[in-house]
Amino acid sequence: MTTNTETANTETTAGAPEIRVRDLHKSFGDNEVLRGIDLEIRQGEVVCVIGPSGSGKSTLLRCVNLLEEPTQGQVFVGGTEITDPDVDIDAVRRRIGMVFQQFNLFPHLTVTENLTLPQRRVLKRDKAEAARVAAENLQRVGLAEKATAYPSSLSGGQQQRVAIARALAMGPEVMLFDEPTSALDPELVGDVLAVMRMLANDGMTMMVVTHEMTFAREVADRVVFMDGGVIVEEGAPAQVIGAPRHERTRHFLSRLLDPATAEVGETPERMDKAGR
Amino acid sequence: MSETKTGKKGKTGETETTEATAGAQLQPRRRGLTRRQKRAASRGLQYVVFVAAVAALAVTADWGGLRNQFAQSDLAGQMFPDIITLALKNTVLYTVSGFVFGLVLGMVVALMRLSSVGPYRWAAGIYIEVFRGLPALLIFIFVAVAVPLAFPGTEIPGGTYGKVALGLGLVSAAYMAETIRAGIQAVPKGQMEAARSLGFSHARAMVSIIMPQAFRIVIPPMTNQLVLLFKDSSLVLFLGVTLEERELAKFGRDLASQTANSTPILVAGLCYLLVTVPLGFVVRRLEAKAGEATR
Repeated sequence: MTTNTETANTETTAGAPEIRVRDLHKSFGDNEVLRGIDLEIRQGEVVCVIGPSGSGKSTLLRCVNLLEEPTQGQVFVGGTEITDPDVDIDAVRRRIGMVFQQFNLFPHLTVTENLTLPQRRVLKRDKAEAARVAAENLQRVGLAEKATAYPSSLSGGQQQRVAIARALAMGPEVMLFDEPTSALDPELVGDVLAVMRMLANDGMTMMVVTHEMTFAREVADRVVFMDGGVIVEEGAPAQVIGAPRHERTRHFLSRLLDPATAEVGETPERMDKAGR
Repeated sequence: MSETKTGKKGKTGETETTEATAGAQLQPRRRGLTRRQKRAASRGLQYVVFVAAVAALAVTADWGGLRNQFAQSDLAGQMFPDIITLALKNTVLYTVSGFVFGLVLGMVVALMRLSSVGPYRWAAGIYIEVFRGLPALLIFIFVAVAVPLAFPGTEIPGGTYGKVALGLGLVSAAYMAETIRAGIQAVPKGQMEAARSLGFSHARAMVSIIMPQAFRIVIPPMTNQLVLLFKDSSLVLFLGVTLEERELAKFGRDLASQTANSTPILVAGLCYLLVTVPLGFVVRRLEAKAGEATR
């Protein structure tokens, strides 16, 4: 394993790769969802992963912090091979923040407690320190006044911003976003995207699975288009979204921009992401 | 199965409509009763039957005999304060110790049932099936007789109290394990994923995030379990207890045979209700509250 890491390091030239995915395969039973993914994300880079439902983009993201166990291949985060069976995955996950489509705030805790409990239990911070970091991050996402509220009393957009603050409070090197705005009412999407934009400007390394093309175009350094478990095309947003080379990318984008043009039976069954 | 059901439903619906339209269009006043009048008549008939049944009971029962046998106030008076300070106290003590033991064991069995290690799952499954399938009385006899035989020289700590806690605990643990398992599984999967992605280990996430939520979900069924245990504690009757260890049922029965009168049974019964009825009320309140709070 050590030799592998060394080779990986010598191979790359510019900027340390924060995330490195190598020949990643993932099957659910007979269904091969990822069919060999190679991807590299440098420090401070914002990469948006787009593609139709069932293309494997969420699965790819979940493989990066091992919420899904890859069937084959390697994933490196900050130089550590997390797919190594001997690695302490809990320690690695502390460095990777994850934001879910369904927010997944802890409903039995207040907003502040949602932020402080993981810090205290996982990072062993003392009470005062955890409270300070929590307040700081709530301030950052513009929800300082909701500190004592329970998640159920917040709007979806507010809940998602708390979820982002909760992940940030752990001081992650990388943030993963799994369709962070897909469960939101359209008018609430903007606040969440604004927070993500701010993070990107602050230099956070981000991997974002999204359907928000405007966000991808404006914020992403690179856009990755996936379909059928492979990366079809990747590059600068202006190229992938503005002038896609592949027919599949063009097709996907045209349907996304004008859903009314889709023909009957063309849209694949939505995979139940919330249930997984 | 479902097909026949829907078929049947459709059929009845059809006959009803045809009858209704036929009645309305062709012979609107054939029976001389509107639908509302029919309903009122039917309800009136039910009242009549009820009143008749109560009256028949009241007339035929031997009230004097009943009063003599069940409601001798001086006999009932004699039972106090012992029935409260001794019998009810012991019943509560047995129940609580059995509940605590069952809760701890049930929690372990529930976690085993959800384990990724096969043998744990099977062992927990077998335990649950066996102890839910056996009469509590049989388990009491088993605890009293078989345990000292199987482990000679061992005395169950706590004497009768220990035996009762063990017997009640073994039975209730099986039910509680299933309740707790259902509670844990009712917590959305995203909660565990969120906790794990924050760096919690599986065990720590279980303790800090999942269990507190599952616990809230299972409070009403657990309180129900407490009511059941409270009643099952009466099985101590068959364990052979000292005078000091008697609980409500035993206390009532002993006094009943001493005095050749059933009044003590009635009083003991009222003491049970004194606890079970308020607890049942609490369960319904908790359930209503839980229903309101569903996210």
